Amino acid sequence: MEIFGPLWLSVQLALVTTFVLFLIGTPVAWWLARTAASWKPAAQAIVAMPIVLPPTVMGFYLLILLGPYGAIGSWWFELTGSTLTFSFTGLVIASCIYSLPFAVQPMQNAFESLPRQMLEFAWTQGASKRDAFFSVAVPMSARGFVAAAVLSFAHTLGEFGVVLMVGGNIPGETRVVSIAIYDHVESLQYGAAHQMSLLLLAFAFTVLLGMYMVNRRWSLR
Amino acid sequence: MSGVSSIRQQLIPVQHRASLGSFMLDVDVGIPAQGVTGVFGESGSGKTTLLRCIAGLETGSGTDSRPPHERGVGYVFQEPQLFPHMSVEGNIEYGRRRAGADRLDKDHVVEMLGIGNLLSRKPAGLSGGEAQRVAIAAVLLRSPELILMDEPLASLDQRRKDELLPYLDRLHDELSVPIVYVSHSIDEVCRLCDHLILIEDGRVVADGELHAMLARLDIPMLTGRNAGTVINATPDRHDSDYDLTLFRFSGGELLVPGKYDSTIPNMRLRIAASDVSICRTRPQKTTILNVLPAEIDEIQPTGSSTDLVRLAIGDDLLVAQVTRRSVTNLDLRKGDHVFAQVKSVTVRR
Repeated sequence: MEIFGPLWLSVQLALVTTFVLFLIGTPVAWWLARTAASWKPAAQAIVAMPIVLPPTVMGFYLLILLGPYGAIGSWWFELTGSTLTFSFTGLVIASCIYSLPFAVQPMQNAFESLPRQMLEFAWTQGASKRDAFFSVAVPMSARGFVAAAVLSFAHTLGEFGVVLMVGGNIPGETRVVSIAIYDHVESLQYGAAHQMSLLLLAFAFTVLLGMYMVNRRWSLR
Repeated sequence: MSGVSSIRQQLIPVQHRASLGSFMLDVDVGIPAQGVTGVFGESGSGKTTLLRCIAGLETGSGTDSRPPHERGVGYVFQEPQLFPHMSVEGNIEYGRRRAGADRLDKDHVVEMLGIGNLLSRKPAGLSGGEAQRVAIAAVLLRSPELILMDEPLASLDQRRKDELLPYLDRLHDELSVPIVYVSHSIDEVCRLCDHLILIEDGRVVADGELHAMLARLDIPMLTGRNAGTVINATPDRHDSDYDLTLFRFSGGELLVPGKYDSTIPNMRLRIAASDVSICRTRPQKTTILNVLPAEIDEIQPTGSSTDLVRLAIGDDLLVAQVTRRSVTNLDLRKGDHVFAQVKSVTVRR
């Protein structure tokens, strides 16, 4: 039980984050792939920042932003009466920002490789822009969506620094698997740390192997 | 040269003004609501831009602000844009499902373009010509009110072109949907089109009925190496000894190498100006088979070494490219009765 509680929480967090990132990341990636706006590089840089920033830096700013006196946190507190920091909801928000580039970039690459004339053909064949997006762009970008899902799921599962800063270590609420492992090591419970680490190691390998195998099948087709 | 088409044509107004970078398109022309209208011009003259404006793919200031899918305009791209994740059947169903009304019977279109055996295939496995036929079928089944074709043969090699052309002939003969056909090949235009719009630097230089346009001597684009006319003629009988077919037209007879089906009336014969020469008297011993009495209709001095002479033969017109020196030596004048020697005739259809 002590093993599966944090693991299940991690999986829940990763699933919810992946789902939210699909909703947010898809339009962002579509816009980035097709815009000619002069501030596109700036937008790209902002999206990519979580890749290079130390998680503690992101966690620090998120802690301030989501805290009861922060811009988002105080608004949330007024709305719901609870704080965002040290809560599961807060973790979801933090994870979405932290994993955003891992969802956006594969989708953006897939959208950018769509031939522009193919969408124009769809439009002149009677499809509205929205219709053509779902009937042509999405199925043709399936690989990008799979990569985005796998990467944001796996990346969220592996996060540590941001969670520690924003979520702390509340069992059942914010005590995800990476925190639990850290905790076990701190208290010299190496056996438990081993079990969880091995599980996570196997899981990460399986997920990535699966993705690359699917990719290979696709490219051979 | 107006008044050739006595039937009053209904025209689809096309007005577009667009500036793309340094290029300006400024077009105000009517497209006949029947038949195939060729848009002819050099590359970079704005032919494709004009089509894109008509389809709503380019946001210029046109008369129409509707998005592409509401315009009822089908577009055949130079490179067929089939959806790779669907079968051929899925591709032709895509526009049909969104069309609302079936104007054309699906089986008929499939048969007309000869794609019945391709329906379950994926686009990736098709040859260029097959893919273009599928694209054309898909556009037809979208039931458009106007079809735009942007050099649909340009990406194909000569063999594939020859393979696809008969299908385009069938469209021309069997369809009532008007087609705008962009090309920079005068041969394709002579074969497929009924009307011609000439465009240069984003502007319409001239437009009108094909035969009449080709007989004009005042348009630089249609003189030079493109000079020549099209006459309609009916194959009469085949001489199997010499493999020649006798064609009848308003001005007499023409012998053409090869065998042509005499059940097809009004085939198009293309006679290039460089293949026509003029004699004052009927030449007696000549290797040229076709010598026709003609009347000089007009002489267009070009200022260079060659002049263009238009000849009336029956109701038809030929253009001859002759040297200015010969015009002076033979003292050719408008109204003179002469003989035209036609060295070569190409059957366009």
